Amino acid sequence: MLSVPIETQIMFAGILFFLGLVGVLVRRNLVFMLMSIEVMFNSAGLVFIIAARHWNQPDGQVMFIFILAVTAVEVAIGLALILQIYHHYKTLDVDAINKLKDNK
Amino acid sequence: METFIALIPAIPLFSFLILALFGKKLSRKVAGFIGAGSVGVVALLTLIVAAEFFKSLPGIKSYSVVLWEWINAGNLKVNIAFRLDALSLVFAFVVTFVGFLIHLYSIGFMAKDEGFTRFFAYMNLFVASMLILVLADNILLMYLGWEGVGLCSYLLIGFWYKVPANGYAARKAFIITRIGDTAMIIGIFILFLNFGTFNIQEMMQLASENWVAGSSVAVLTAALLLGGALGKSAQLPLQTWLPDAMAGPSPVSALIHAATMVTAGVYLVARTHVLFSLAPIVQSAIAVIGALTLLIAGFSALTQHDLKRILAYSTISQIGYMFLALGVGAWSAAVFHFMIHAFFKALLFLGAGIVILVLHEEHDIFKMGGLRKKMPVVFITFLIGAASLSALPLITAGFYSKDEILWYAFSSPKGSLLLWIAGIVGAFLTALYSFRMIFITFYGKAKTEPAFKAGKLMTVPLMVLAVLSLIGGFVEMPDSFGNIHPFSDLIENTLPAIVLKAGASQELLFQLLSAIIALTGIYLAYLLYFKKSAFAESFSQTWIYKFFYKGWGFDKLYDSLFVKPIVWLAEIDKNDFIDWWSIGLSRLTLFVNRLISPTQNGKLRWYLMSFVIGIALILTYMIYK
Repeated sequence: MLSVPIETQIMFAGILFFLGLVGVLVRRNLVFMLMSIEVMFNSAGLVFIIAARHWNQPDGQVMFIFILAVTAVEVAIGLALILQIYHHYKTLDVDAINKLKDNK
Repeated sequence: METFIALIPAIPLFSFLILALFGKKLSRKVAGFIGAGSVGVVALLTLIVAAEFFKSLPGIKSYSVVLWEWINAGNLKVNIAFRLDALSLVFAFVVTFVGFLIHLYSIGFMAKDEGFTRFFAYMNLFVASMLILVLADNILLMYLGWEGVGLCSYLLIGFWYKVPANGYAARKAFIITRIGDTAMIIGIFILFLNFGTFNIQEMMQLASENWVAGSSVAVLTAALLLGGALGKSAQLPLQTWLPDAMAGPSPVSALIHAATMVTAGVYLVARTHVLFSLAPIVQSAIAVIGALTLLIAGFSALTQHDLKRILAYSTISQIGYMFLALGVGAWSAAVFHFMIHAFFKALLFLGAGIVILVLHEEHDIFKMGGLRKKMPVVFITFLIGAASLSALPLITAGFYSKDEILWYAFSSPKGSLLLWIAGIVGAFLTALYSFRMIFITFYGKAKTEPAFKAGKLMTVPLMVLAVLSLIGGFVEMPDSFGNIHPFSDLIENTLPAIVLKAGASQELLFQLLSAIIALTGIYLAYLLYFKKSAFAESFSQTWIYKFFYKGWGFDKLYDSLFVKPIVWLAEIDKNDFIDWWSIGLSRLTLFVNRLISPTQNGKLRWYLMSFVIGIALILTYMIYK
């Protein structure tokens, strides 16, 4: 089995996380922002898997299943909100949805 | 018996709670029934209690009932406890009986008012507080009732609160009586510090044993308690609130500002009479204050245009008589005049209420006139009330009560010729202004048409009170005429009897004089205001008339003496260092707010970016620490 050093593995997870973060910051469409958040979640999950394999402990895999469940819930709520926002504003542009600001 | 005594204040309190909590759900009929009915039940209970009380006389002179412990902290022990003796019985009788008649009248009077249940809730609370005041066993519970009636007076003067002037009058009444009450509570504290109890009987007992007559502590305490009495009873120098208190509905003026609450001062002085006997200077001051007040208010009543203000000044003047009687030690005469005054003054206010109501809220007597034929029942009862007020000899109750005071003002050891002269001049003024009111309001040409006829609910209480104003006096007839006095016999179970000074025996002569004075006053009123003499017209143009009309300028005096300096002081003190501090604090907050609020721009990605920068900074710090 091909053995990849752990530093490379974590670096890979870090790149994934950074890509997700950039996606959240630069995308203006709410759906894409949600997707980018998923990427960030997955990179965090990946670190758990890497750690589990490194120390031969199953806890990290348990944690990953846990994260999976949480992201599923988060996506459900996030999509429901996005649907409502679309109904209300007829757009998904996050810069257009800025009613929560100081009225000065 | 004990249960009944406890129920007397409890029932109106209970019906107040019902009306206050569920008032919105009750129909007017039910609310009126509860409001008036509860006071009716209490009036009945008082009669039963009175019957029991008379049966046990002279063996048992007072009944006490302890309900529960109110305050218990170290030395401070106060009970919710009631005590019924002859004095509180008379007051409770007047409060419940006259109160019931006024409640009945109010059902008719307030029928179209939007605040109907609110009115009855306040009125019931008032009756409950007043009964607590007169039945309280200790002075602290009495003070509770005392402040309770003050609160109700405030609420009911400002009952029609949509007119700003009414709210102003209510605040004025509240603040001025509060000046007296502050003095009174200090007096109560002095009593407690000295005797370690709030129980009135024990206090009086200890005071008479431990304090020397005329000692400075006795004089100080009596003077402080007198302050409370002066404020509540609208006597000099705290009398200015009562004429303005007429802003309330007429039944309120009848019940609170004529029959019961304003006489609470009389009750307080009579209840703590031991103290005042220990402070002869203060007691003489009471007589002088009473005499001055009755003259000042009498002259003012003579010049008023507003029907209710005439009656208000007349009330101040009549309470002046009661204070005069208290001051010369004629305790029973003061209580007697209180009772008779409650009858005829309630009658006059209720009659005035009908007149004002059917003439579309017209208060000015010079715009009335000719009402004699239009409303005969009101006219006849009002005439009886005015006759009783002006002490028409022999047939009216007012004659017997006022004549007794006048006689004692001269013949008591504390009395003097000067006090008697003040009283007799006051009696002359009373007759004059009473019949000026009658002649201008009910005779002459009709100037305003009555809108409707008053119903039975409003006229029957008038008739009952008119009968009482006539026959009420026969429970106490002077030695020279009739010589029957069950009333003073009753009162003397609680308060000491008066001792005449030696050589005072010409009572009949004094009575004849006061009778002649009253009749002269009425005749002069007939000449001036029925025959319309030119003098009455020209007199109303003089400066002295205007001086009397303004209530001897007391309002203006207090305004420039107290109100204006305080307002001025507040004006120049707007920028002291405490203000700098608080203003600086608010400025700082505003500055920081302006600084930070632009960051809340509503852009989600902006927020996220600041998160990321923040996390990056924290991580950097943690790694390179």
